[in-house]
Amino acid sequence: MKDFILKRVVVIILPFLCVYGFYVILHGHVSPGGSFAGGIILGLSIIAYSTIFGIEKGKAKIPEKVLVWTESYGTLWYGLMGMVGIVKGFPFLANKLAGIDVGVPGALSSGGLISLIGIGVGIRVASTMVTLFFTMMEEEP
Amino acid sequence: MNFIAADYEIMVLLLILVVASLAMYFIKDLMHAVIVFGAYSLMMALVWLLMNTPDLAITEAAAGICTTVLMMVVVFRTSRKEE
Repeated sequence: MKDFILKRVVVIILPFLCVYGFYVILHGHVSPGGSFAGGIILGLSIIAYSTIFGIEKGKAKIPEKVLVWTESYGTLWYGLMGMVGIVKGFPFLANKLAGIDVGVPGALSSGGLISLIGIGVGIRVASTMVTLFFTMMEEEP
Repeated sequence: MNFIAADYEIMVLLLILVVASLAMYFIKDLMHAVIVFGAYSLMMALVWLLMNTPDLAITEAAAGICTTVLMMVVVFRTSRKEE
């Protein structure tokens, strides 16, 4: 797309979009939102960039290898964090029960394992959305 | 039954939802159907917000936009008219 206004608007908006996505992911346990919504917002920032500047520039920013790695290891990270409870002798995904410090209620650090799980899920959702978009854009009509 | 103002707002939005989902079925131009789907997901996000679930409202808004973009790409890559 060769439109001057679209390119400048995307360049201005893109950093705020990325920071907002990470904000929604990291505040998922204390405020509205969550890792799924934040991950989609993160993915939409890459989708907007590669729609306006072309699919080749988007792929130069996020190579295929990085997408595959984040998509696989994000899921594995969820299982790994769930196994912490089992290793300590409690049910799967046990958080406070397994003796993890959850801090003051309402503070950002009050999530325990949930905030760590949220980072993995958010990055995994973002890479899934970008993978779907790249796969569909590559397909020749 | 006593209705408050928010109930009538939700009723109007649900009516728009029904009309939009029926329109998506009957419209033959697929690009127009995708645009109606975007309006549908926006209305759904407003319904969640009025029902005091801002969590689902954010998710619905983000997921609705993302699926609209993906469907628009699919319509660009395939035929636009429904046969």
